[in-house]
Amino acid sequence: MRVLSWLYLALAYVFVFLPVAVLVAFSFQDGRLPVPPFKGVSFRWYEKVLGDGDLMAALGHSFLVAVVSSLIALVLGFLAAHALARVALPGSALMRGVLIAPMTVSYLIVALGLLNLFNLTGVRLSLWTAGIGHVVINLPLCFAILYAAMGDHQKNAERAARDLGAAEWQVLALVSAPMLAMPLAAAFFLSVTFSWDEFIIAFLLTRFDVTLPVEIWSMLKSGLSPATNAVGSLVFLVSVTLVILLEILVFRRAK
Amino acid sequence: MTADVQIQAVSQRFGASTVLDNVSLEIAAGEFVVLLGPSGCGKTTLLNLIGGFAEPTAGAVRIGGRDMAGLAPQHRPTTTVFQDYALFPHMTLRDNVAFGLRMRGVAKAKRGEKADAMLALVGLEGRGDRRPHELSGGQRQRVALARALAVEPDVLLLDEPLGALDLKLRRQMQDELKSIQRRIGTTFVHVTHDQEEAMAIADRIVVMNAGRIEDHGPPREVYLHPKTLFTASFMGEVNRIPIAGGQAPFGPVALPDGTLCLRPEAITESGPLRIGPCRVLEAAFFGAHVRAHVAPVSAPDLKLVVHLPQSAMPAPGQVLDLGAETWGVLST
Repeated sequence: MRVLSWLYLALAYVFVFLPVAVLVAFSFQDGRLPVPPFKGVSFRWYEKVLGDGDLMAALGHSFLVAVVSSLIALVLGFLAAHALARVALPGSALMRGVLIAPMTVSYLIVALGLLNLFNLTGVRLSLWTAGIGHVVINLPLCFAILYAAMGDHQKNAERAARDLGAAEWQVLALVSAPMLAMPLAAAFFLSVTFSWDEFIIAFLLTRFDVTLPVEIWSMLKSGLSPATNAVGSLVFLVSVTLVILLEILVFRRAK
Repeated sequence: MTADVQIQAVSQRFGASTVLDNVSLEIAAGEFVVLLGPSGCGKTTLLNLIGGFAEPTAGAVRIGGRDMAGLAPQHRPTTTVFQDYALFPHMTLRDNVAFGLRMRGVAKAKRGEKADAMLALVGLEGRGDRRPHELSGGQRQRVALARALAVEPDVLLLDEPLGALDLKLRRQMQDELKSIQRRIGTTFVHVTHDQEEAMAIADRIVVMNAGRIEDHGPPREVYLHPKTLFTASFMGEVNRIPIAGGQAPFGPVALPDGTLCLRPEAITESGPLRIGPCRVLEAAFFGAHVRAHVAPVSAPDLKLVVHLPQSAMPAPGQVLDLGAETWGVLST
């Protein structure tokens, strides 16, 4: 029985990670095609990728969009969560629902809606419009995480701060936010990860400057190459690093 | 650093329910007042109205003669010590205590100095660099006290500050609260439902019930000469004996009609208000005294609770000749 359950676990991991493992393995392929047989280890594709100006520019764009859009989503989500957790407003249940609703809408629909909107209002597509799209998908996430983390404990500390003379922005900046440091970090890192990997919105809402997933997609149009595997591995490496950072900085310390 | 508080005909309603009903109270500068009552009597609501956490539906709150209407907590000369301490967990004790001074724009070095002095006042000298989670409940409450006092409020409000502490620590903190209040002279308004705590610390006890003030006075006055039956029974155990036409169940008494209230410890063998021979039903040793249930021989249905001296442990069935040392008659 014990052996069976270990086997089951191993199979599950293989199922999840085999594609990634293959991707990473063939990024080292010493040949022109990322398919078996494996002809030997080479770093030339990485060299090529790292020397590719367009790709590196896209990497920078992705990073910029991820950080800026996540910061905006974080601040907006924090303010919304704080307001709805602290003040009883008529229809606050409805407001919460509406804030979380975009989570259930497919990215494609979000992107199409925004595309229509930008066309109608004459806003030109750029990294900014892709960033707006990422705020739309990450705001519900940040809101949900932070709203769940706000308890009575903080409420009383906020009351004490007000009593001691803090203005409302000081209560938020000096008491509420630092007391929520861990959930804030979790929401931020998750948002960055989502934005970093996101393709559809970035594809439909950018034009000349594009993010990394969009750049990779245009590379794929000219056929498979170990170079795309190398880029994919790099993207995966960044995502894994983010998740590990999140684990070490946030979840470890929270215990 | 002290001021008087005037509560003038204050009412507080939430929808259909009246939490405070036309309450008036004068608190002198430097007085230690305890608002005492069962939960739901409106004592915490009254404290919140003084602190500015709520506005009264009717009436006015004045502190130092100044009308507080429309002033938020941060603009009132009051600070509050909360029951759950409400410390800032991400700050050191020094930063916690200095928070109010920081909000008032006091320079860092100066407020650090003041915070250390306040920590010393509450017996936490040299612990400024610790964080709240390293402290016990009693120590946290001291930090909360130091934090509220650091801004030198005219009036300190304490919302059941000792409620979460164990009995021994609570007694110790009561003594300290009282001595700190004596030293700094600030007006203290303290809310509790524990009548022993109220008697231990108060200059004056304000007994509240169902949104009204039942009684107020020094602890001795409220305990020995309560103005209402509610106060009499809330302040401690009491035997209630009906009197009609100069006649008590155990015999004639020279007292007006009403309810005769006798504290268990006021009943002794030598008391001048004679009850007469009483049969002991049961008795138990309580450490400081012997607690016994007795019934007068002339009125076997009237059961009285009596605290007898530690040395005398009566057997059930024994007959004692008892009388009351102090008593009060309240009209019903």
